[in-house]
Amino acid sequence: MSFKAILALEDGSVFYGKGFGKEKYDVGELVFNTSMTGYQEIMTDPSYKKQIITFTHPHIGNTGINEEDNESKTVHASGMVVKNFCEKPSNWRSKITLGEFLEKNEVIGISDVDTRAITSVLREKGAMNCCIASLSVISEKEAIAKAKEFLGLKGMDLAKVVSTDTEYNWNEGVWPHNSKSNNEYSVIAYDYGIKENILRLLSDHIGPVKVVNAETPFDEIIKQNPKGIFLSNGPGDPEPCDYAIENIKKFLEKKIPIFGICLGHQLLALAGGARTYKMKFGHHGANHPVQDMISKDVFITSQNHGFAVDESTLPKNIKVTHISLFDKSLQGIEFVDRPAFSFQGHPEASPGPQEIQILFEKFSSMIKDYAKA
Amino acid sequence: MPKRKDISSILIIGAGPIIIGQACEFDYSGAQACKALKEEGFRVILVNSNPATIMTDPLLADATYIEPIHWESVEKIIEKEKPDAILPTMGGQTALNTALTLDKKGVLKKHNVILIGANRTAIDKAEDRQLFDETMQSINLETPASGIAHSMSDALEVQEKIGFPCIIRPSFTMGGTGGGIAYNISEFKSICEKGLELSPTNELLIDESLIGWKEYEMEVVRDCEDNCIIVCSIENLDPMGIHTGDSTTIAPAQTLTDKEYQIMRNASFKILREIGVDTGGSNVQFAINPDNGKMVVIEMNPRVSRSSALASKATGFPIAKVAALLSVGYTLDELKNDITGGLTPASFEPSIDYIVTKIPKFAFEKFPQASPKLTTQMKSVGEVMSIGSNFQESFQKALCSMEEGLNGLNTINNDGSYPSDDEIKSELTIPGPKRIFYVADAIRKGWDLNKIYSLTKIDFWFLDQINEIVDIEKELKKASISNLSREYLQRIKEKGFSDNRIAELLDTNESEIRQLRKMNNVMPIYRRVDTCAAEFATSTCYMYSSYGGNCESLPSKNKKILVLGSGPNRIGQGIEFDYCCVHASMAMQEEGYESIMVNCNPETVSTDYDVSNRLYFEPITAEKILDIIDIEKPEGVVIQFGGQTPLKLANVLSENSVNILGTNVDAIDRSEDRERFQELVNKLNLKQPSNATAKNVEEALDKADEIGFPIVVRPSYVLGGRAMQLVNNTKELKQYLNEAVEVSNSKPILLDSYLTDAIEVDVDVVSDGKNIEIGGILQHIEQAGIHSGDSACSLPPYSLSDNVQGIMKKQAIDIAKELEVIGLMNIQYAVKDENVYIIEVNPRASRTVPFISKAIGQSLAKVASKAMIGMSLTKQKFSSELPKDLSFVKEAVMPFDKFPHVDPILGPEMKSTGEVMGIGPNFGEAYAKAQKGANKILRRSGVVFISVKQSDKKYLDEFVPEIINAGFEIVATSGTSEYIQKLGYNVSTINKVTEGRPHVVDSLLNNDIDLVINTTEGSQSIEDSASIRQSALRNKIFCTTTMFGAFAIIDALKSKEENWTYSTLQEINN
Repeated sequence: MSFKAILALEDGSVFYGKGFGKEKYDVGELVFNTSMTGYQEIMTDPSYKKQIITFTHPHIGNTGINEEDNESKTVHASGMVVKNFCEKPSNWRSKITLGEFLEKNEVIGISDVDTRAITSVLREKGAMNCCIASLSVISEKEAIAKAKEFLGLKGMDLAKVVSTDTEYNWNEGVWPHNSKSNNEYSVIAYDYGIKENILRLLSDHIGPVKVVNAETPFDEIIKQNPKGIFLSNGPGDPEPCDYAIENIKKFLEKKIPIFGICLGHQLLALAGGARTYKMKFGHHGANHPVQDMISKDVFITSQNHGFAVDESTLPKNIKVTHISLFDKSLQGIEFVDRPAFSFQGHPEASPGPQEIQILFEKFSSMIKDYAKA
Repeated sequence: MPKRKDISSILIIGAGPIIIGQACEFDYSGAQACKALKEEGFRVILVNSNPATIMTDPLLADATYIEPIHWESVEKIIEKEKPDAILPTMGGQTALNTALTLDKKGVLKKHNVILIGANRTAIDKAEDRQLFDETMQSINLETPASGIAHSMSDALEVQEKIGFPCIIRPSFTMGGTGGGIAYNISEFKSICEKGLELSPTNELLIDESLIGWKEYEMEVVRDCEDNCIIVCSIENLDPMGIHTGDSTTIAPAQTLTDKEYQIMRNASFKILREIGVDTGGSNVQFAINPDNGKMVVIEMNPRVSRSSALASKATGFPIAKVAALLSVGYTLDELKNDITGGLTPASFEPSIDYIVTKIPKFAFEKFPQASPKLTTQMKSVGEVMSIGSNFQESFQKALCSMEEGLNGLNTINNDGSYPSDDEIKSELTIPGPKRIFYVADAIRKGWDLNKIYSLTKIDFWFLDQINEIVDIEKELKKASISNLSREYLQRIKEKGFSDNRIAELLDTNESEIRQLRKMNNVMPIYRRVDTCAAEFATSTCYMYSSYGGNCESLPSKNKKILVLGSGPNRIGQGIEFDYCCVHASMAMQEEGYESIMVNCNPETVSTDYDVSNRLYFEPITAEKILDIIDIEKPEGVVIQFGGQTPLKLANVLSENSVNILGTNVDAIDRSEDRERFQELVNKLNLKQPSNATAKNVEEALDKADEIGFPIVVRPSYVLGGRAMQLVNNTKELKQYLNEAVEVSNSKPILLDSYLTDAIEVDVDVVSDGKNIEIGGILQHIEQAGIHSGDSACSLPPYSLSDNVQGIMKKQAIDIAKELEVIGLMNIQYAVKDENVYIIEVNPRASRTVPFISKAIGQSLAKVASKAMIGMSLTKQKFSSELPKDLSFVKEAVMPFDKFPHVDPILGPEMKSTGEVMGIGPNFGEAYAKAQKGANKILRRSGVVFISVKQSDKKYLDEFVPEIINAGFEIVATSGTSEYIQKLGYNVSTINKVTEGRPHVVDSLLNNDIDLVINTTEGSQSIEDSASIRQSALRNKIFCTTTMFGAFAIIDALKSKEENWTYSTLQEINN
């Protein structure tokens, strides 16, 4: 059942619409995503912690929610803003509706708002804090106040919040085969908010994965004689994650193969001595062209980041491997003196184009070389 | 990689005449390619037989040849121009097939020309069904179970493996011509038989039927560095079983999860790579089982296609332009995305934040003998596209764009009754063009959506959307205008309900709703098509209307002019009118105005985002146009160039005090209203065939007796001779009144005396209000009575006396003066025994404008536009002088091969879809080239079959010796044979079909006849002889159904192909 809902921005502007999912209020950073598919993956991506996502695609919910496409166990985004919300999904894999899914996960959504106008505002003014609320829970005035009170993601270490408490093993491959991995090498994956499709791809390309908490100390891992360290994606600002940065520095010294994605990429750069910054409105979409600086190949990639590595602060031993063709921002780095590389976008896709999944191949051969040596 | 340095001149092959399956989308793509390559400094050589195209405007290429697209003609052009490369991917199947033939015949090798954008291996792999299947298997993609047949026995063998129903597709035919679905063995045999004949390689692919599977298309672009992007995904509302060109389609795909979508995306790239499309645009079609997601590949086109045009318009990404630049070596990252003002590169995938709907337009009413059912062979003649913020808005806007009297999702019947359950069930199961309306009526009758789904397999997502539209209708029917809240009105406008539909449901009129909207400030907003879902700012003014939210129109303060387009293509109103609208827009820009275009046809050049300063992709309805005028406040509106589409709005626009440029609205009424027209004729002392208007059946019969038979009858206010018929006696007139049309006070019918054997003439006039100039005098080859759009015609006239031409010129000037024409006017005359009769006057652009413009080397539409904003003809230095010693012939192109049950006979109702132009030093060569351009192959000698009606026999005195001289032997039916024998010539007699076997059709099918001259009259004789014409068509035997046409053949036979001359428009007009 729908209810009256609003989206209040920190600048005092308010959008009125219909609510779906859980009748509540929530605050977060308002971002937009231009991907035309994959709302299920996006809503369950831990990188969206504390964010409220505006979907630019005009109909959301059409394919319902299925059992295979979640990127984590729960919904991480704080809210969902859509133009037209579909209550009657149609897809052979659909099990429940998006509305039911949000309600179950206690997340609120709002529909019938001008998502294009919101996107334009974010494009002009940058990411904004906001409050998404059912008017039966709080008033418009209160909602604006909540939006203003929210401090934003700058300086916020959210990786800790979303990381797994207990370590676990993963050896299932990607849909639709979901084949069990029987490869010989295993990888340690630091969970700063990891998407399950990364685990599926690591499993398919390399071998079984052990997923560990973000704060697991270097000593504990090195004892296990790891053949490769994976640094996951995740939410929030990378700079406060000093525990992670310290760990990575030590792995780098040991010359263990490292592959980082998104937040993992930023942490690797920080560990290498570079700096990061908060972008105006970030990259959130599934159509971003990224160029490989060596082969000049162009990859259409999935992107979701609000922070980026400042290219001008890269030390000499880190070279640029990829840049964004949208804004020339840094998209990939590699150490010249050790087996470590990382990518700002999402090679695991989910949602989005999959061609740059070859980076998992690259990690795999790095690990093989290391293991042989 | 930057531009290739090893090529400097490129030959682009166009698509030729507009036919079903290959429409003006290839003018759009070809024009883009010409512009892009010329800008890059290449010498662009173009061959296209279609004069109504923008691409054949002399400024678009360096050397423009309006010549037959046939390998022999193209070889002559290659010899003369010595191009380095040929780009064959812009002109549809025609260009691709021509390029293949040139390669096979060794022409490319001989002249050292390379193909760019596609190579022969790739074309073969994509087009040859068996190779395609093998290729797909090699990359682990499934295709439907299928087999290849080269004979009927092969076909039967394959069928046994596959079962019923199965889909039959002939290889290398466009729009799936000759294909179909067979449910039983007799259907199977008849489709196979036809298909084997139609396929140039005598090859059939017989497929497992995937009827009811979900159908998708992916528009892919690849560059020479193997960078691939998807420009757009398209989901068909109509599942498998209906040709995608005949399906309602939606972009982007709506019912796939990301995982499923990515599988299709990855497969598309794999296919392009494996087929070997090195650079350019392609499209790949998939079918997905709705129950388990199993995906199979249906086909791919290794070239720019109809759906590329749709995808380009749907996203703003110019596929053809980009494909052309990729073909000369650029890579995607080196090209800029124009829409974001070059802010982003072309190497990205458009993200769109709106829904696009395409609905095809059919012309079954023109072909009553054709089965109005949709199958795997394309039958639509045009399409509309619309953009909305949700499916319902997009869909309802598209319905309003159709110009079929729809104002939304209307009921099948007008009287509030519903079709019977049986009828609905049948229409849902065996779809025709109105299936979606039957779906809505089924919902209105309370049918369960599950039942509708099981009959149609239309995805539940779409059914739910339609269900909601019907629910809102029900609410509206209960409401009244006084209790509509602002919020409710806003909500239903957001769902795409037109004012007209709301008014109809509330039982009020459209202007009431408009007023109510304005009072409540429920006004449309305009959003921009920006390729990026607002992620980046855009400077491109490509817009669509919607409701709710921010308006991005931001109109300028410049002086501006609105040009109304011509809507969907249909028989009677095609690309010629788009040509005129584009020229009007260009003229306004040249004179310092901001030009604003409104149109809803995705195939056209006019809907390209850079043709006008601003583009509104909108239905051409009173509501939408008035809304745009409200926000833009243009100085004037141009309605003369878009055919009937904008003309229909003349009254409502002038009622709303809109400044209509050029000839005033009253002149239109004076020429279209019969009585007022007669006053005009009398006032100017002109002659008119005796005629009358009748408002009921009795009156019609009385008036007919007064006029005397034969009579041409038709409803008033029609274009393209809709429902026009020649009747020879009272019986036939009665039959017409009973079966063909409704006659009433508000819908009178017109009766005109038919002038037997008169010559018909088209005259186009341009006027600035003071000076009046004749643009051209076109003498028709077929006699009066054949619709002017279906007749071949010649510029200059080839047998009219100076006296007659003088009379026509004087009359034309008198009429233009009397009507105070500013802009264009077209007059149709009939000439008999040196008497000039006036048939009709149209104070607007006509179908012949582009043809004349190409001949005289000046754009009549442009000249007229400038005259409309006050620039005199003298100042424009207008001259309609024709190049010396040249003859120009226009030939109409008919769609009969798509409708095998239709009698391919010419008559007063227009049936042609397109036209070609032939240019030569004399009428004979020009006519012969036009025939070849129209793909009517005239055999040079052999056996001619002659069977002519009584009144035509006199012509045989002159015709027979000429045809014998040309090298033909004669066979004739008894009456004709007797007449020829009496003239003293050798002739063999052959049975009519009704006279026992072997008869003429046997001879035709045995290929014993090379030319058919068959004129006939009276409905019985026409029916009896239909099989002659049908058999000739099937066996590609040249057939003429008029004596005037027969004489033109004599002239054509005198011109020898090896002596044909090839000159560019640039050479001709300098």
